[in-house]
Amino acid sequence: MSHKIVSKKQLSKNVFTAEIEAPLVARAREPGQFVIISINNEYAERIPLTIAGADPEKGTIRLIWQRVGKTTAELADLKQGDEITNVAGPLGKPTHLENFGTIVCVGGGIGNAPLLPIAKALKAQGNKIISILGAKNKELLILEEEFAQISDELIITTDDGSYGRKALVTEPLKELCQRSPKPDQVFAIGPTIMMKFCCEVTKQFNIATQVSLNTIMVDGTGMCGGCRIEFDGQPKFVCVDGPEFDGHKVNFDLMMKRLNAYKDQEQKAHEQYKKHRCKIGLDR
Amino acid sequence: MTDKEKQQLLQQLLEKQKTDKLKPTDRYKIPPQDMPEQNPVTRRSNVNEVATGYTETQARLEAMRCLQCKKAPCINGCPVRIKIRDFISAIADGHYKKALDIIKENSLLPAVCGRVCPQEVQCQQTCTVGLKFKDPTKAVSIGRLERFVADFDQNVGSIPAVAAETGMKVAVIGSGPGGIVTAADLRRAGHDVTIFEAFHKTGGVMVYGIPEFRIPKAIVQKEIDILAKMGVKIICNFIVGRTRTIEQLLKKDGFDAAYIGVGAGLPRFMGIEGESLIGVYSANEYLTRANLMKAYDFGSGADTPIALSRKVAVMGGGNVAMDSARTALRLGAEKVYLVYRRTEMEMPARIEEIHHAQEEGIEFHILQSPKRIIGDQNSRVIAIECLKYRLGEPDDSGRRRPIPIEGSEFRIDVDTCIIAIGNIANPLIRQTTPGLNFNKWGNIVVDEETMATSVQGVYAGGDIVSGAATVILAMGQGRIAAAAINQYLEKKKKK
Ligand SMILES: Cc1cc2nc3c(=O)[nH]c(=O)nc-3n(C[C@H](O)[C@H](O)[C@H](O)COP(=O)(O)OP(=O)(O)OC[C@H]3O[C@@H](n4cnc5c(N)ncnc54)[C@H](O)[C@@H]3O)c2cc1C
Ligand SMILES: Cc1cc2nc3c(=O)[nH]c(=O)nc-3n(C[C@H](O)[C@H](O)[C@H](O)COP(=O)(O)OP(=O)(O)OC[C@H]3O[C@@H](n4cnc5c(N)ncnc54)[C@H](O)[C@@H]3O)c2cc1C
Ligand code: SF4
Ligand code: SF4
Ligand code: FES
Repeated sequence: MSHKIVSKKQLSKNVFTAEIEAPLVARAREPGQFVIISINNEYAERIPLTIAGADPEKGTIRLIWQRVGKTTAELADLKQGDEITNVAGPLGKPTHLENFGTIVCVGGGIGNAPLLPIAKALKAQGNKIISILGAKNKELLILEEEFAQISDELIITTDDGSYGRKALVTEPLKELCQRSPKPDQVFAIGPTIMMKFCCEVTKQFNIATQVSLNTIMVDGTGMCGGCRIEFDGQPKFVCVDGPEFDGHKVNFDLMMKRLNAYKDQEQKAHEQYKKHRCKIGLDR
Repeated sequence: MTDKEKQQLLQQLLEKQKTDKLKPTDRYKIPPQDMPEQNPVTRRSNVNEVATGYTETQARLEAMRCLQCKKAPCINGCPVRIKIRDFISAIADGHYKKALDIIKENSLLPAVCGRVCPQEVQCQQTCTVGLKFKDPTKAVSIGRLERFVADFDQNVGSIPAVAAETGMKVAVIGSGPGGIVTAADLRRAGHDVTIFEAFHKTGGVMVYGIPEFRIPKAIVQKEIDILAKMGVKIICNFIVGRTRTIEQLLKKDGFDAAYIGVGAGLPRFMGIEGESLIGVYSANEYLTRANLMKAYDFGSGADTPIALSRKVAVMGGGNVAMDSARTALRLGAEKVYLVYRRTEMEMPARIEEIHHAQEEGIEFHILQSPKRIIGDQNSRVIAIECLKYRLGEPDDSGRRRPIPIEGSEFRIDVDTCIIAIGNIANPLIRQTTPGLNFNKWGNIVVDEETMATSVQGVYAGGDIVSGAATVILAMGQGRIAAAAINQYLEKKKKK
């Protein structure tokens, strides 16, 4: 079964979004879940991407991805009407939804994409949503409008001060934690290092914090163990036990190292792909 | 013996047989036919099949070794009771098609089982010839003969007849050997069968676990193609429990029955220090990267990377451990160690695989087990620290229990560790199927006569029922389940 790209858009320099035909996934998916896709059958890598939204009637899902390596670059080069071969899912446990009270949603970079469906669902549960969106600079900020629509309060930070507040997301997060009454829950999704520091802040205030982890994956069904992390000293599999976890118990340092396990080889593959694109005149 | 001599011997034997003078003593004298193989040095650097298969002459000579025992004790050793004596006799007569038909009465995957069955503890363990020589490897090579006739048929590929449509729909979950066989038997009875597979490729462990050099993927693909031609629908990337639950399939999507053949699932880790380090793989991950995503072609086509290992330690002594070790060699490792707590005697791997692994230069470290895995400042594996063991009294499994020798720690420098100590059941079906009964290990509880589960219309077989077992067991259970489902649907239709 092939999956047609119904529409595609560039959101920022390296971030793209597409609506993809996947009727079964669109019907079954819940916030917090992801799919594993591969562009073709024989040689392609399987990569996990969060389901950023879905239209069960149209039978489409929305993906948002950042061009970081070979597969995400190849995906970015596909056009409306093109097809990808495999979309498997939905995978992972859905977000535990409840009316907690006041929730701070912290998104960093591409992390805004997985955060959006969760924030939307939490809002629908009657929670008060305070969103903090962080980016390196104005160009790299995505989904601001969508978050504005569902947030009771929206704080933007950029590393260079080109937009919103010049700060890291942890600064406003800390201030919010100091408010009284303090927030009831924090959801933090973004680069691993950001999630780590967000958790260090909220730990001091004893505020429960959910993070969504983006480990390297192979099958996504619990079979390979490649996505394992150390949680409370025990191994856990992100694809079946997560992707959301109580951030206070995650060993982020080890996770960051594991994410880099294939860095050299992946860089080589991406370089090769870029060279190839150059040759066929795809490079802008 | 040269080919010519073999041919001459065969002719002599055939002549003698005509005059009915071939006695058991004559048969015992026929040398057991060795399997032609790629030589160990060449094969280390390719992924082609190691054993290249009998020639016709060899097959017929080997078949002549069979005594045609009246009681054919071999048959009791085969989990699916193939009529071994009869198919071997057909081979001896040169009737290969007939031999295959006899096998296919009981087994649908002879090309696979002939290659991977642990024959020495099944059909060949009870073979009279093996008992006479007190060595199951000198028994009639039933598996090799089975493979010979299956391969002989490669180009024929007949499509089994399908009965008139019954209008009944059955879901087969998982496309491993159990699923394939169940789907074939159900479709033959005229039911509308859909296989749901979580991966993007069908074949289960035969495709992502067992390497190409033991089962060429094309063999498995051929079986799948036959299913498709029979009219079985195959849907990949469909995770039952997530994409749809079993309940939804039965209650909302109009399926009348289901077979669960989702395999074993989660890899077991050892629970020692350092298992999260970079360079520590479960065998499942290592083999999947290598087999399914063809990581051995990384950089020249494939996109999935795998560690570029120089020194590899594999923990375990089963088929999975052997496959991992031999795959590591083929991916370019200079040194591969196999670390096992007991001795070679207790290794659960097939004798042939142990043999092949040793031939290829895998270094066996028996009576040793890692205590911890050591990493550098970047959390990359640099060594394992092992303890030496001795064997004590037999434990529940009848194997002698390994006991660590205190203070015997020593180090082996490695950059990759592959953990191949078994699997535990994947909890996805358990978590999403109310009413389904499981045992304390998470395996589905079934009625062994029918493979029926505690949920009406739902049957199960293979590794998710028996724990990590064998292809032939999964296949056998699939057939039992299919027969029971056929009966169940018959009754359901009458109502
Ligand atoms: C559950 C889950 C949900 C995800 N959702 C999204 C999403 O919605 N949008 C999105 O853009 N990405 C998401 N990711 C990350 C995405 O899967 C990776 O970016 C992708 O696999 C990279 O593939 P590649 O071939 O392009 O890059 P590669 O060549 O594989 O890697 C390029 C570089 O990225 C790093 N990298 C590799 N994998 C990851 C990873 N999983 N996380 C962070 N860095 C990585 C590598 O270290 C390397 O330096 C998700 C990951 C998980 C596990
Ligand atoms: C490396 C290795 C070597 C082996 N060597 C041998 C050997 O030499 N001889 C031998 O006899 N046996 C061997 N085995 C064991 C043998 O392969 C298994 O016992 C057999 O394959 C089990 O068959 P099964 O029908 O239970 O399904 P499996 O082959 O386990 O396949 C199950 C299928 O179900 C799919 N699935 C899982 N969950 C879902 C879901 N929720 N929805 C849809 N699909 C799902 C999986 O992706 C998979 O394709 C080996 C196993 C391994 C891993
Ligand atoms: S299926 Fe396996 S056990 Fe049965 S006869 Fe063939 S090789 Fe032997
Ligand atoms: S037990 Fe051995 S010798 Fe006897 S019929 Fe079976 S295969 Fe032939
Ligand atoms: S990705 Fe393989 S177990 Fe999670």
